[in-house]
Amino acid sequence: MGQDAFDEIMGTTGGPPPRAELAALGRWLSVTSDTELRRRQQSAEAAFRQLGITFAVYGDSDASERIIPFDIVPRVFLHDEWARLSEGLVQRVEAINAFLDDIYGERRILSEGVLPADLILSNPQFRPEIAGIRPPHGVWAHICGIDLVRTGPDDFFVLEDNARTPSGVSYMLENREAMLRLCPELFREFRVAAVDSYPDRLLEVMKSVAPHGVGAPTCVVLTPGHYNSAYYEHSFLADSMGIELVEAVDLVVDDDIVWMRTIAGRVKVDVIYRRVDDDFLDPLVFRPDSMLGVPGLIAAYAAGNVAIINAPGNGIADDKAIYSYMPDIVRFYSGGEAKLPNVETWRCREPEALKYVLDHLDEVVVKLVDGSGGYGMLVGPTASKAEIAAFRAALVAEPHRYIAQPTLALSTVPTMAERGLAPRHVDFRPFVLTGSKGVQVVPGGLTRVALREGSLVVNSSQGGGTKDSFVLMDDAAPMTQTIGGMTQSMGGGA
Amino acid sequence: MRLSIHHRTAYRFTAPQARLVQMLRLTPQNSHDQTVARWRIDVDCDALLREGRDGWGNAVTMLYAEGPLDGIEIAITGEVLTSHSDGVLHGVHETLPPPVFLRATPATAPDPAIAAWAAEMASGVPMLTALHRINAGVHARFAPDAGRPDPELTAGKAWLRESATARDAAQIFAVAARSIGAPARYVSGYRCLAREARATPHGWAEAHVDGLGWVGFDPDTGLSPEEEHVRVAVALDAVGAAPVAGSRLGEGDERLDVEVRVSEA
Repeated sequence: MGQDAFDEIMGTTGGPPPRAELAALGRWLSVTSDTELRRRQQSAEAAFRQLGITFAVYGDSDASERIIPFDIVPRVFLHDEWARLSEGLVQRVEAINAFLDDIYGERRILSEGVLPADLILSNPQFRPEIAGIRPPHGVWAHICGIDLVRTGPDDFFVLEDNARTPSGVSYMLENREAMLRLCPELFREFRVAAVDSYPDRLLEVMKSVAPHGVGAPTCVVLTPGHYNSAYYEHSFLADSMGIELVEAVDLVVDDDIVWMRTIAGRVKVDVIYRRVDDDFLDPLVFRPDSMLGVPGLIAAYAAGNVAIINAPGNGIADDKAIYSYMPDIVRFYSGGEAKLPNVETWRCREPEALKYVLDHLDEVVVKLVDGSGGYGMLVGPTASKAEIAAFRAALVAEPHRYIAQPTLALSTVPTMAERGLAPRHVDFRPFVLTGSKGVQVVPGGLTRVALREGSLVVNSSQGGGTKDSFVLMDDAAPMTQTIGGMTQSMGGGA
Repeated sequence: MRLSIHHRTAYRFTAPQARLVQMLRLTPQNSHDQTVARWRIDVDCDALLREGRDGWGNAVTMLYAEGPLDGIEIAITGEVLTSHSDGVLHGVHETLPPPVFLRATPATAPDPAIAAWAAEMASGVPMLTALHRINAGVHARFAPDAGRPDPELTAGKAWLRESATARDAAQIFAVAARSIGAPARYVSGYRCLAREARATPHGWAEAHVDGLGWVGFDPDTGLSPEEEHVRVAVALDAVGAAPVAGSRLGEGDERLDVEVRVSEA
């Protein structure tokens, strides 16, 4: 696979040549010794370990907390590339918001026959408990992480949408900070858009969706607690936005209003960025055994007295069974074709698709429609005979639970491997914010890299790492922005 | 019929509670065959009550009370006028399309034994007939159990017993109906029956039949509910439609006392 894939910096032998704009990065790689690159990489990882940016690996009892490996070679998006991507992302996220508003309201997309009704109505991610509730300002997916893959210079595809509580933004910010500190020469060479405004942008979005009539809204981050694998990110975001990090026990609902207990008494809460799943939001409405929830929260939300970010019920928009219909969903709500295409997808619930998938199990990638994190996934070309046999049995037994996609030749970026720089496959998660004033794309994101040679699985739970993602600015943009961003970022941490 | 309803729910706590938040599904709504003439909810402590509606379309009342509380008593008094409808619902405010009610819940998970039995009942007859046969069949199969339902008992486990509470019979009906493709739901409410030894809040089922709409089935009698039934709330199962869902902040256990009187006014 690795030989045929498009390398974003070096180009491809017999394929697209290296991009001229990135020649300087190629030169930087050739003049900086591997020893020096490794030294910097270790320094970055030491800092991450010290900060406690760790994650828990499911099914690995030996190392319950690890840092996600960081790779020192950045991934770069050219200015015009980014402009095109942004247009596609805005269109997609607008459609996701319109879809959620419709599906929990009028359900026009079902009555007009664009989607099969049972696909939604029987889907556990469609939550009847909140049907008919409209979130403040009609915004549902305030923070979206849209996972993209690339197969050529102009070939980007959406791999999956994350409209619940996408994580990873702390890596975008910490990776940038590490790069500014360890490779300042790159920021002199390239005009890199700053990402350190993310917390301010997020806070602005949160305030913009506060219930009507609230002058200076109180915003909080709700975490399941410090045992959660993403706790670092929860505390990091609360800290960098300058708002309270709370757990369910810190919140009470009284008279359909949410209050936060503080040493100075109760403070009314207007906007909650929750990092807990729907099931654990309110034991009176969702799981009655939930100790993490806030009893009465959904009543306060239904009464329009609090905004919940992202809105409960959003899982129906990023379900993998819905994913294959996203081009239809985008067309239905935007009136135009999707600017960012999907990866071709076989819905195993359809008999013909199932037959094709069963006949090509050694070529395709099979995914559980409700799985995530790279669990419950088969990568045909690298799977063992036993794994293929197990998936074959599972597919025959419960075909509706699976989709399949072709194995894509994901683009590569030079990455520090055991024997020096080598191409490794990458994907990309940009973060898209939606407030009452519209949709914005943060100029950066999280690049995940599959560290094993030839591997296409980039999930951190499956041996993936991360890279900084540079978005190059228009030459006309004022240079001070980058420098300002650098200074600010460098002052903030390490 | 003009039905007069008294429903008292009393919780006693073994240790004082600092705070109580409850969601009450205790308010019937008007429809073509049911008119709420008078309805009030009284609470024996200083509590805030807020009216709302849940995703299933039920009227809900949020109750917020600050402690210390040794107990709480919720008293319902009301009068409802009902008319004869052959069990078919008319003019009920529906928020969700029927296929949503094909879903299973932990208490109403698909069960091979119930499904095999339902398939037999449904063999060669139209859907409405099949549902009536299932309703009569569940009624005939179980001896009535007037005891308090076990909230942990699933329809599949209840099926193996010799007696069934109204709640369990209704959940079995829902599992059976869904297994033959009819959307089905649990209904909580009241029933005025002269023979009833110990009145409790009643539960029965409804199934959706194409071309006809939602139809009530009360497997406790084997018949469709008539004017002696007052509908209050619907959901996928009994837990979802429970009259009181509560959360309390405090140690100890609770004892629940329920008293229901339904009579012709």
